[in-house]
Amino acid sequence: MKYIKQMGIILAISFVGELLHHFLPLPIPASIYGLALMLLMLQTKLLRLHAVRETGKFLVEIMPIMFVPAMVGLVDDWHYLKPIWLLFPIVVVVVTILVMLVSAAVTQLVIRWEKKRDE
Amino acid sequence: MNEFFGSTLFFGAVITIAFYECGILLKRKFKLALFNPLLICVVAIILFLVLTGTAYSVYYDGAKYISYLLTPATVCLAIPLYEQMELLKKNWKAVMAGILSGVLTSLTTVFALAALFHTGRALYVTLLPKSVTTAIGVGIAQELGGVVTITAAAIILTGIFGNMIAQTVYRVFHITEPIARGVGLGTAAHAIGTARAMEMGEVEGAMSSLSIAVAGVVTVVGASLFANLPV
Repeated sequence: MKYIKQMGIILAISFVGELLHHFLPLPIPASIYGLALMLLMLQTKLLRLHAVRETGKFLVEIMPIMFVPAMVGLVDDWHYLKPIWLLFPIVVVVVTILVMLVSAAVTQLVIRWEKKRDE
Repeated sequence: MNEFFGSTLFFGAVITIAFYECGILLKRKFKLALFNPLLICVVAIILFLVLTGTAYSVYYDGAKYISYLLTPATVCLAIPLYEQMELLKKNWKAVMAGILSGVLTSLTTVFALAALFHTGRALYVTLLPKSVTTAIGVGIAQELGGVVTITAAAIILTGIFGNMIAQTVYRVFHITEPIARGVGLGTAAHAIGTARAMEMGEVEGAMSSLSIAVAGVVTVVGASLFANLPV
């Protein structure tokens, strides 16, 4: 019974996320509203960790597989990319590496800088 | 083959999981970034569909039940985040500085490349939200008048590429702080990058989850400002 109850809570929070997405005029998906809501409920002890823990961890663990069906869908959309075959890979590769590097390096710099200051 | 596969309910889900497990085995055997389980799984399924002449819609009919859990799973990213809350509170300035500089880098480099290649406004706003999670990015592109299908493709390929390249980028540039590794993956490669961060460790996973949400929301505002720039 524990798992079905945990799944029920998780689905209920997802559903409230869908409601928020439907009624608020922002381009924010239901899943992000749901994430914020669950975090808020855990933080305020409205929801206890043990009420969602095992099922939640399981869902997070199998998450990579959930992207596969949409990715395979690229096979049907390939013709959209033909006219920009050169620009497209350049944008994906250059921007992704730069963003990853800058955001990680800045975070690391600030952490080390704060550590030094506290010593 | 359409007829047979179309009549089964479990075909799509079974080949998805089977090829993903093959990807994990290959990754374990050859420790190369190219042997990324997600990439292998997607390429193998596409090859399988093309070779057997099976339509994507037939595959998707069974596979969609796997994607059904994507929203609840994203909601549950709140759990690792909650467990790392103390660490986040202690380092919130560094985390925020990292995410904001990443979003700014994403918007400026897309702008620079669009200006360089004279893409025109439509393609520019199509690619502008390419670093954020699909649902937010597609929403932004739609709002700004971009081509949503290309945005979705760019977002997904960004995710796979980020997932593949992270280990190499972090090794070459000596990014060793787990918090920084998580922020980099979540900001650059959204949820697909977060899947990689989860494999690196709990701190990496939690920080990456947070970065998806924050980078997504900041990009909503940032992209609408950047869309006014002339390309």
